[in-house]
Parts: sequence; structure tokens; C-alpha cells
Amino acid sequence: MNAVKRTSGVGVRTPLIDGIEKVRGTAKYTADLAPEGALVGRIFRSPYAHAEILSIDLSAARALPGVIAVISGEECKTPYGIVPITQNEYPLARTRVRYLGEPVAAVAAIDEATAEKALELIRLEVRELPSCYTAADARKPDAVLLHDNRPGNLEREVSNSFGDVEAGFAAADLVREEVFHCAEVTHVHIEPHAALADYDPVRGQLTFQSVSQVPYYVHLMLAQCLGMETSRIRIIKPFIGGGFGARSETLNFELVCALLARAAGGRVRMVLSREETFLTHRGRPAADVRIKLGLSRGGRITAVEAEMTQLGGAYGGYGIITILYAGALLNAIYDIPAVRYSGYRVYSNTPPCGAMRGHGTVDMRYAFETLLNRMAAELGLDAFAVRRANLLSTPMVTINGLQVTSCGLPQALDWVEAGSRWRERKGKLPKGRGLGLGCSHFVSGAAKAVQWTGEPDATVNIKLDFDGNVTVFTGATEIGQGSSTVVAQVAAEVLGLDYSRICVLAKDSAVTPKDNGSYSSRVTYMVGNATLAAAEKLQQRLLATAARKLGAEPAQVEFHGEEYRLAGSDKPGIAYIDVVKEALVGHGTITERGIFVVPREFQGGKHRGAAVGSTMGFSYAATVVEVSVDEGTGEIVVEDIWVSHDTGFAINPLAVEGQVQGAIWMGMGQALMEETNFRDGLHMHTSMLDYKVPTILDSPNIHTHIVESIDPNGPFGAKEASEGGIAGIMPALTQAVAEATGVDFNETPLTPDRIVEALRKARRREAIRNKPVRDSAGARGQ
Amino acid sequence: MSSIVKITVNQREHEQMLPDSTLLIDYLRDTLRLTGTKQGCDGGECGACMVLVDGKPTPACITLVKTVAGRRIETIESLSRNGLPSRLQQAFHENLGAQCGFCTPGMIMSAEGLLRRNPHPDEMEIRQALSGNVCRCTGYVKILESVKAAIGPAGETP
Repeated sequence: MNAVKRTSGVGVRTPLIDGIEKVRGTAKYTADLAPEGALVGRIFRSPYAHAEILSIDLSAARALPGVIAVISGEECKTPYGIVPITQNEYPLARTRVRYLGEPVAAVAAIDEATAEKALELIRLEVRELPSCYTAADARKPDAVLLHDNRPGNLEREVSNSFGDVEAGFAAADLVREEVFHCAEVTHVHIEPHAALADYDPVRGQLTFQSVSQVPYYVHLMLAQCLGMETSRIRIIKPFIGGGFGARSETLNFELVCALLARAAGGRVRMVLSREETFLTHRGRPAADVRIKLGLSRGGRITAVEAEMTQLGGAYGGYGIITILYAGALLNAIYDIPAVRYSGYRVYSNTPPCGAMRGHGTVDMRYAFETLLNRMAAELGLDAFAVRRANLLSTPMVTINGLQVTSCGLPQALDWVEAGSRWRERKGKLPKGRGLGLGCSHFVSGAAKAVQWTGEPDATVNIKLDFDGNVTVFTGATEIGQGSSTVVAQVAAEVLGLDYSRICVLAKDSAVTPKDNGSYSSRVTYMVGNATLAAAEKLQQRLLATAARKLGAEPAQVEFHGEEYRLAGSDKPGIAYIDVVKEALVGHGTITERGIFVVPREFQGGKHRGAAVGSTMGFSYAATVVEVSVDEGTGEIVVEDIWVSHDTGFAINPLAVEGQVQGAIWMGMGQALMEETNFRDGLHMHTSMLDYKVPTILDSPNIHTHIVESIDPNGPFGAKEASEGGIAGIMPALTQAVAEATGVDFNETPLTPDRIVEALRKARRREAIRNKPVRDSAGARGQ
Repeated sequence: MSSIVKITVNQREHEQMLPDSTLLIDYLRDTLRLTGTKQGCDGGECGACMVLVDGKPTPACITLVKTVAGRRIETIESLSRNGLPSRLQQAFHENLGAQCGFCTPGMIMSAEGLLRRNPHPDEMEIRQALSGNVCRCTGYVKILESVKAAIGPAGETP
């Protein structure tokens, strides 16, 4: 082994290659881009939750000096949406508004004050319609329909069954069924939404920059809604201030900004307020889960039956995929012989939901793990024992057709059990304190892209020029998760070069190959593999050139320290830069292309919706949390968290830790305090004071461990790191709070008022139980 | 109403006629084009706009320029020397205290204010000093590690 500490390549703790700009304050996010000559774009939003549009009068706004363009739904008659079969949303509402805050019209003006004034001059005349804010109301037989072709306001009903569910429950020694409710939550990326659109009416070209995680999808939707050829649109990605799924579909303000730029024949800058960012939403829907598990005395799961109802908001968005994920990923974490799933995705007069970290799986996993913990206790089994009784052995195919090729959950369980000193402490903690366990998993990239074209799942170009430096061109979207750094590490590893020789150019549609962007934790796996392929091609070419110069076969040539030499020979080698120059003779700049294709057999089973949940690599995580609860105030203090995450292989251990910690912490926020409520359609949490996320004072140490199960198909064995952990913390925390308080909770978030109320009820029940029988009627109706 | 305001930003003196309603964040970002200071919320909620006013961390998005006239303002751009990051900035970089980076300038300015008045803070003092800065990426674990890594040896003043 070389004693020199490696400073580049895979497995090396690598600060983000675009990190220096962030700490210096020089990184340019969308709102920081030079605004020279830009008009101010502003959106007029519906003050009604549900109404038929009778007329929109834009004349007074248009007449205001300084107003350059005013547009309404007339500007775009083409609907858009991420899922091709449910595109039912317009950039600006046409004929009907379906949630309070929906964009209806927009203005481009010379400055903020003029734009503001113009908004006040827009006259909207409507006929108000009845509204639905809960799934129960929306599904009533006489409920008003949000979309005429969706009876019962059901966007999608999913029903599937795998294995013999009845036989599974019949064989169980213990069957329990419970219902759970999770409040709606949202992403709260710290950067508010923004876009900058430049339209050149002479050339008929649009240059567009925004906060998107999926610039390619924005490219497609801009072309669709503006009726432009994709070749006339250029998308450039600036620095992006987080996403967490919010920006994994094209958002209305992006389309509106571009429509305004075209109407104005120029440049329009649109920076949304935090309130508008909350209204744009696309977060995790409110969920009602009914779940039934069968367990043998030894803790083996014999059958699962689950029903999920998601309150999806006013438009399709990712809805179908979210409701399918919730069912599909009941599988692929434990070895389960029978699973039945019913899913209901319901339309409501609230801002549309969408994809959020742990897409579709978080609330279902919470219900599953919570019930599993309770049933284990009822059987006298330890929470760890019941998981170990149901571990998968890999490789395997689940009953719903998902391939599992690597699983490090056993090692993850071992580490959190030891780290938290679970065996010594569980059940023996002082009153007011508790420990809990939850497990979770997630995909490393959806095996079948939502916009499936038959093209490779990832394409990367790698360029070598006269200076010996390498530029990697990728459409992958760096949003802070370290995607560009992973690409640099893979290239550095294969080529044997230092980072100083490698530049990653991420996302400018004029130069980078198409990429599906950053969603479903696909970048490391898919783009990493494509980078690997491209770099290997380049290295082969250089080795062949070096071999020619050395009078040897390529297989005999080694590359170390920027020198090619014959393996096992003492003879001086040839410097890297000389081999580069030789390779360019008669050829010029070399560009190699690497692709990655997910084979068909990984794209799920044959049933309807089977592709959702399918992936080439599942990540796994085990999480233990310790809490203390103040019974007087209902306040939960999270004392410590232990998480172990199977990421296959940590290409960048530093970033893997960061992602795992971020995911766990975001799940903790949902467990403790995050929720969105509406009053007559009015969003009650449109500021960061009303929508609380944990501050550093609320946040514990997160003891983080990485399991490396070496996935057979991941780049160097790597799998995802950003989402697998998020779903385990809510059930872990629920179990810990139950130990601390003696009360089982079936809803999130566990806010102090809910804790206090539940403890009060529990004390009353206790008091009633201790009274003579004739007084017990008082227990009813609690 | 407008007034002539004298203000020092990153060691440069400015004297300018400004509407009295001008917020410090807009003056920094739009007039001086110092875009390192970020706006993450609609006013005083997130801390991304934290700058130092006479050394004290202050949210620029709820501060009128008029009220800091004659004072010394420092933004994230002032910490680097000849383009090289300061020890605190370097610590955030090396320890992954910044992921998406949007909260980072505010986070670093809060930490900078802390380390100037208390060069050797304990963990709770760091947490308290950063409690007005929201980060959505890191869970704060590596932010805490970054600030700890920037603390100099005992006896040294930064």
C-alpha cells in the first residue's frame, strides 16, 4: 500500500468542489444574477379557494405607465405537469381557480413599485364554488368536483395484492390494525423561488435560469407551454439553494416568468417572497394510513395490509407517483410473503403537493414501523429482534417485482444497537425518558424515468484538451448535495488525476448532455456510472497512446503520479502531459461519452404502476433516538440520535454523513413540529415563524455511521445517501415518546399541545379506571 | 422622505441620498451589488441576511439603512483577504458546514460575531449564537463542527 494519504478520488473525504464560493459569499444564486435591464415580474394570485373565473380585466394595469406586459391564462392554453398522463395545470389559471394563492395573472414592469401597483389594478370577477379541504369532504358523493373527469375527486386509486394475504393473517399469532395521521409538511429550502428569463424576439430564443432541480424537465415544459422548439431554449443552472423535491417538477412561476419575458420582448426577473414560496408548495401531502400486520410468535411478518389516503391538493403534479411509492415500498426492506395495498390520491382546494425527500414512503413507513414496534412489545420481543427475524437475503426479487441486490440493514442495526447501548438501557430509563428504533430504505434513482424516452438513463461527456486538464460535462444538478463533487471524484479516480486537473461543468443545455436532474437520489448511481464509463474510455485511449510510445501493450502500462510506465519496469516512464500531447496529434481535442442504462429487469414487475419504486440499488438505514419529555409543558427534547446508513460505498464519506444527517434531521422536524393547516383554504403557515423547522437549539448530536455493502451495480459499489434515513426517525421518536410518557401516539407532529392533551386524557382514563364501576360512563366520547 | 446617509460598508465609506424606507439588505444587494448577503424570508425569520453592524450580528432584512447611518457594516464578502477565505470560512468549507450554501453567509457572520466577542465559546454558546440562523440541509451537525474547528488554541485571539 502507498503510505501517501490520498487526496483525490473515491472514498476520500472531499469538501464540495463548489464550496469555496459558498463560504466566500461569491456563489451566484438565481436572485443574485446581474439584473441589468431586467423587468420586475410579479404574480397576481387568486384570493379564492375555488371559483369559476367570469372575467379578468387587465386594461387598467396595462395602461399604467411603466408596465410593459400583463398576461393572464389566455397567454398559455397548454396544460403542463410532471406526469405526462395528468397534466391538468396551467401556468396561469384558465376558467377556474382551485386554490387560494393560485397564479391568475402576471405583470412585468420597470420596477417593484410599479409592478405592485399594477397588481392592484387587475380586476378578477368570479363565481365562487364550494371547496374541499379534507379527504373525507372531497370524497363525499355530493362533493363538488375539482376536475370534471375525476369522479370522487380521486386522482388515482391504487389497488394491488401480492402473495396470499388471507393465508398470511390466518397463519399469524398476532394480528393488529391501527390508523395513523400525518400532517402535511413542506420543504422550506432556504432559497426562495426565483427565475430569470431572457427572450430575444428577433431570434425567437429564450435563455432561462431558475432554481430547478430538473432543468431538463423545465426545458420540456417551457417548450410545451410557450409552443417553442426545444432548440430555441437554453437553460443554465446557477447555484441552487436547496430543493428536497420541491423543485423536481416545473413550477408555475418558472413558466409565468418565461411567458412574461416573451410578452415583454425582453428580460424578466421574478423573485418570489417566502409566502409565495410556501404557496407554491409541492410538499408531502397530509396522509391517513390504516395498517394491519400479522406476526408469528417469533416475530416473523406473515402479511401486511395497508391503506393510504393522501390529500394531494388542487392539481396532478407528482400525485400518481407519490401514491404508488407508498404501496410499492412496503416491500424491499423486510422479507414479507404477502402485501395488499390500497391507495387513494385525492384532489383538494389547497396548493398542490408533490415530491419531498423520501417521496411517498415516509408516512407509510412511520405507520408500519410504529405498529411493528408495538406488536413486538406485545409479543415480548425486542424491537431489534423483530427486525432481525425479517431480514432480506440478497440478491432477491420482492413479491411486487423489485430487485434487491445489496442490503446492509443487518450491520446498520448492529451499529445503532451498540452505539445507543440499547440492550443495557431500553426499558430501564428514568421516567420521562425513552429510546426508540425505526428502519427505512429508499431507491438510488427511479429505474424508469418519469419522462421515458428510450435514451440512456445518464450521459456524460468528458473532454481532454492540450493543457491536460479534463472537463466533465454533465446535466446533473448540483443543489448542495454534492453531485458535482461525486462526478469529479469518479473522474479523478479512474484517470488517476488530482482534482486540480478536473473541472465539472454542470448544466448548461447548450453544452451539457441531457440529464434527468436531481430527484429520486439518482445522481451518484446513474451519473456516477456514466462518468465512470466516460473516464474509462478516455483512460483506455491514453493507455493505448502511452503503450505505443513505450513499445508495449496497453495492459502492460501503469499510471501513477502523472506518469505512464511499464508495469514492473525500472525504466523511466512518460509524463502524463506528453502522452496527452501525443494522443491529440492528428485528432485534436478528445471528447469521450459515457452512458448508463438501467436494464429492463430492474424496472419492476408487470402490474399497473410497477415501475414506481423500482431501482437498481436500495439504501437502508437504522435509526435510534433518545428523548426526554416534560410532562408539564409537553416539550420533547431530542437528546441523541444514532443512525447507520447503508450507502453501498461512500464515494465522499464527508458528503454522505452530511446527507444522512440532513435527512434524519428533516424527519425529526416532521416528527416534532412541522405542519401545514388551512382555514377555509387560507394557508396558515406562510412564514418561517408560522411553519416551524428545528433551530440549532432544537437539534441534537446525530451520531452517524456508514455501512458499505458494496452494491454490485453502483459506481464502486455506491448507492444513495440522501433519502434512505428520513423515514426511520418518526417511528423511532414515536416509540421513544411512548416509553417516556406511557402514551402511544398515532399522529405527527408531536407538538407540545398534543402531548399535554394526550397525557391529560390518559390521566383521566386512569382515574376513571380506578373508580367504582358505576362511574365509568364518563370515559366515553373522549 | 429621503435623507443623505453616510455609512461604511466593508471599509469603504459611502454617502448617498436614499429613501428613508430603504432596507439595509436592499442597499447591500441592489445598490452595492454585494449579493453574498441573502434574503431567505419575508423579514427576520431565517437569518440568511446576517451582517455585522459595529461587530454585532444584525439581520439586514429588518434593518433600515437610516438606523445604521454612521456605523460600520461588514458583510460576508469582507472576510476573505485577497480572495483567500478566512479561517472560519475555511473551516465551514472543509467540514461541510455549507451544503446548498444559501444560509451560509448569514451563518458565518453570526459565528464571526460570536468568535470576536468570545474567541473560545463552548458548545452551548455556539448554539445560542446561531439560533437565529435556519439551515435546512445539514441538521446543524457539521455547522457546529465547523465553528468548533475555527476556534483557535487557548490564549490566541483571532
